[in-house]
Amino acid sequence: MIYNAPVKEIRFALNELAELPAICSLPGYEDCSVDLVDAILEEAAKFAEGVLAPINKQGDQGAKWHSDFSVSSAPGFKDAWLQYVEAGWPGLRAPADFGGQGMPALVALAAEEMWCSANLSFSLAPLLTLGAVEAINHHASEELKAVYLPKMSSGEWTGTMNLTEPQAGSDLAQVRSKAVPVGDGSYKVSGQKIFITWGEHDMADNIVHLVLARLPDAPAGVKGISLFIVPKFLVNEDGSLGARNDVRCVSLEHKLGIHGSPTAVMSFGDEGGAIGYLVGEANKGLAYMFTMMNHARLGVGVEGMAVSERAYQKAVEYARDRVQSRAVGSPDASGVAIIQHPDVRRMLMTIRAGVEAQRALACVAAAALDRASRHPVASEAASNQALVNFLIPIVKGWNTEEANILTSLAVQVHGGMGFIEETGVAQYYRDARITAIYEGTTGIHGLDLIGRKTFSEGGATARALLEEAKLTAGKLAAAGFASFAANLEAAVADAGRCVDFILETFKEQPQLAAAGSVPFLKLMGIVLGGWQMGRAALIAKEKQGEDGADTDFYTAKLATCRFYGEHYLPQVSGLATAVVDGAGSVLEMPEHLF
Amino acid sequence: MKVLVAVKRVVDYNVKVRAKADGTGVDIANAKMSMNPFDEIAVEEAVRLKEAGKASEIVVVSMGVKQCEETLRTALAMGADRAILVETEAELQPLAVAKLLKEIAAKEAPQLMILGKQAIDDDANQTGQMAAALLGWSQGTFASKVDLAAETVNVTREIDGGLETVKLALPAVVTTDLRLNEPRYVKLPNIMAAKKKPLDKTTPADLGVDVTPRLTTLKVAEPAKRSAGIKVANAAELVAKLKTEAKVL
Repeated sequence: MIYNAPVKEIRFALNELAELPAICSLPGYEDCSVDLVDAILEEAAKFAEGVLAPINKQGDQGAKWHSDFSVSSAPGFKDAWLQYVEAGWPGLRAPADFGGQGMPALVALAAEEMWCSANLSFSLAPLLTLGAVEAINHHASEELKAVYLPKMSSGEWTGTMNLTEPQAGSDLAQVRSKAVPVGDGSYKVSGQKIFITWGEHDMADNIVHLVLARLPDAPAGVKGISLFIVPKFLVNEDGSLGARNDVRCVSLEHKLGIHGSPTAVMSFGDEGGAIGYLVGEANKGLAYMFTMMNHARLGVGVEGMAVSERAYQKAVEYARDRVQSRAVGSPDASGVAIIQHPDVRRMLMTIRAGVEAQRALACVAAAALDRASRHPVASEAASNQALVNFLIPIVKGWNTEEANILTSLAVQVHGGMGFIEETGVAQYYRDARITAIYEGTTGIHGLDLIGRKTFSEGGATARALLEEAKLTAGKLAAAGFASFAANLEAAVADAGRCVDFILETFKEQPQLAAAGSVPFLKLMGIVLGGWQMGRAALIAKEKQGEDGADTDFYTAKLATCRFYGEHYLPQVSGLATAVVDGAGSVLEMPEHLF
Repeated sequence: MKVLVAVKRVVDYNVKVRAKADGTGVDIANAKMSMNPFDEIAVEEAVRLKEAGKASEIVVVSMGVKQCEETLRTALAMGADRAILVETEAELQPLAVAKLLKEIAAKEAPQLMILGKQAIDDDANQTGQMAAALLGWSQGTFASKVDLAAETVNVTREIDGGLETVKLALPAVVTTDLRLNEPRYVKLPNIMAAKKKPLDKTTPADLGVDVTPRLTTLKVAEPAKRSAGIKVANAAELVAKLKTEAKVL
């Protein structure tokens, strides 16, 4: 199962669409340059292709839980993790103060795409660790940072997020885990957490759990939840590992996909209480978790796109190889490679165009994240923060919903062989499924998009983005991309109608707005993806004529953009009708008739 | 002990190359370029010698277009200490490269020079041998093991009959074979550090070497496609055809 990191495509998205050179000039990123990023991408590609991709299939055999509460990671994973640590990759976007390289989110995202394509299950270990690093770095005391961050940034220790409990999934107000002060500044944490990704494993010396729990006097609801560090092994004064803490993995879930990633049921305090340390102030745990949510959600959007990319590569390989049936309309009865059949081409182009648009949008969002955190002009930072806030639910929701469709298409390209596990493409389809569920289901992101991200700000960012897309449509028309321009302009107008509808209904008739929230999220994904593909087409056309231009690359880029314009953008009109006119039928049927 | 390593920028081994339509060469425009895999092994070996305390400084040299800098940066990220680029747009043939290496060796005075046994683009397998001859140094080619001492180096060579170990007086030229080592994955902090390591540039003219090609490429063409085979009914027919048609019996 070969993976070829699409370095040229990634470089195009980074340099041309997300304006990497401008990101490198932000304060604090002076060490970053296009040349350096090129070198990083090349080496990341080698690592993803040579170390992570070859163990993806065996990862599907899953991690093993043992009755002594230990977990053996899937075959080859521990060795790959040690190589990953040895090569320094955990530090790519970890803070420079604690041994990381402090690279921009944009650069980290590019490498993360390769890890996710090569081996989604593996990629979750560093993703969760970095999420924990970010939360600790932003909110924990200097003492806690000094103890935990260096080893987490180096990957010697991994990190987890312990949020979910059986009764507290999307609604974290229901968290019941408890933390009781011991008197020496530490706490005794008890309770059960479920769905804990990489909650227990044998790849690293220690696992640092970030746990949401309630203090004895905490108010009810979301304002009474605090965040604690609960290490698997307590850490001695000198930094060495001490006693085993009272936290254990009581089982692993049996899942549809990502079998290589152990999903743990964690039990805290069975022996009287796991020692934990409060992060920041009491009762602010949920707010703290949200500060790192943007990056994590962007990361999951990248996961969806990355799995689709891998599935695309597999489907292309098969379509070139598989000979079946004469070419449509050909008098020659001899069979041809199925890549010559129009419907197979349509499927491959659908995956390809979707992936390129999603990658572009994810990169633009990551660049905005970097500008939001580093731009020296406050108003620029603020407008970029609004942009990030608006794009995150779209990148997360749209990329992952599409991943379900696109990996399914990749299975379809294989025909019956796709349904056979040995072929390998089925794993991508199964692995992709979770991405639209964890870090907030698409429904949660739909609500976030219409509420906090659209209605609360009077649709300002939505309209600004649509205005940008419209400007691009104008440039496309002027550059001779007539059909793309017309389709983009129509899609922008349809999306604008939906924004109006949400602004009109959200306050007085929120059920109507909510009924169309996911179609709205999808159509915004398609429109904004179209905006990026339009920009890509303009750039490709200009660069194509330059001396020594990579004509193959730009020819493919222009064909893919055209396909996007003719096959994706027209979907917006249908979705918009569903948003604006379709809420009634969502709500009409009495509940008991379901 | 100073070690000089020569690296060549070649089309990546994963790229399927095509002959140019006009037959003047191989079309490598916009193809992915990488360090010659045998040269990667050479850099790795030098880095291991340094890690073992046997080498004190690793100087890596490349020759060719400006983009060879990227190849040199990769070598620096692997662990070389500094780099030299002999920049030229000219076509470089093995003899010219060997002459340039001789001049560099004269300036740098290394005790050991390590190169790949051949480059995967032209597969010439000449540069190391020519450089050794021009310098008057001993040579150990196709190395699968290098054991460095203060005054000598034992080189185990992969030869047709098996393995041959030769003891060479230093300074010496060693060319690497595939089994010598497995090059490491570059570490992220070292990619960053490589940016700050010194990279000097010179030219063939500065070194006083005439690199004019001695050989002229007449034509580059792709091998003929294999034609379909035929099925034979039995062994007798096979033998008959081998005798009468293939004329190999």
